[in-house]
Amino acid sequence: MTSYRTYIIVWLALLVLTAATWLVSYTDLGVMNAVAALFIASVKAALVALFFMHLRYESRLVWAFALFPLFFLALFIAGTVTDMLFR
Amino acid sequence: MPEERSNHGSRTADAFETAKLGIWAFLATEVLLFGGLFTAYTVFRINYPALFHTEHLKLNRLLGLINTLVLITSSLTMALGIAAIRRGRRRLLELCLLLTIFMAAGFLGIKYLEWSEDFARGLYPDTNLFFSLYFMMTGLHGLHVIGGITVLATMLIMARRGAFSEQYHTPVEISGLYWHFVDLVWIYLFPLLYLIG
Repeated sequence: MTSYRTYIIVWLALLVLTAATWLVSYTDLGVMNAVAALFIASVKAALVALFFMHLRYESRLVWAFALFPLFFLALFIAGTVTDMLFR
Repeated sequence: MPEERSNHGSRTADAFETAKLGIWAFLATEVLLFGGLFTAYTVFRINYPALFHTEHLKLNRLLGLINTLVLITSSLTMALGIAAIRRGRRRLLELCLLLTIFMAAGFLGIKYLEWSEDFARGLYPDTNLFFSLYFMMTGLHGLHVIGGITVLATMLIMARRGAFSEQYHTPVEISGLYWHFVDLVWIYLFPLLYLIG
């Protein structure tokens, strides 16, 4: 069973990552600003899903349920953007 | 992994596994609901980068940051509440649920301040594409926060009536998964709208 301490460490990591995304937004990196922000957001999302939502301890079936909408979301965005750019 | 569980075949354990699949399936539909808006955001951002840049500077970044911290912390208290009832500590669960609801209400209060400020400055959903997306995305997310408060308040009432124990606390776990999802959406909304317009 996950200890109270683990949750507090994850929370602290989320606070540090929030501070990081805030600080990065004040530096001008061009396109990399968006990449950095999305990367940090995804690390935070992974921490929430793995620890707070207990995905780390779940069966493959639950993992499949969690991942399939992300696959479709990627498909929607990639498909729409491709259509828009190469029309 | 399922094979590690000693209570294999127990009906309560099976019911819990099924309930978890149910909420994850619901969350999948939620990802796709927000997904339509994230797709629209991507398309318009690529087409109108200058508009997104000038308009996003009109948002109150500090309130956005505070709300991010409030929501992350509410996810912590939710996780701690579940850890508590897994150990049979009912009073601690009640306290954690109360704190989570309190922070969820705080989030909405700050959102109210932000929107009031936007309206006062003449920024409405029909002002331009950026603000249409901003109000639609934060609005839909706000509705989910209101839904979350309703669910968590129900859990608090049930907990006070002694409905949960170390052996049975499925509704709390399921509600927790929903609440963390609301946090997950905001984790993406905050940088996309406030920081990298």
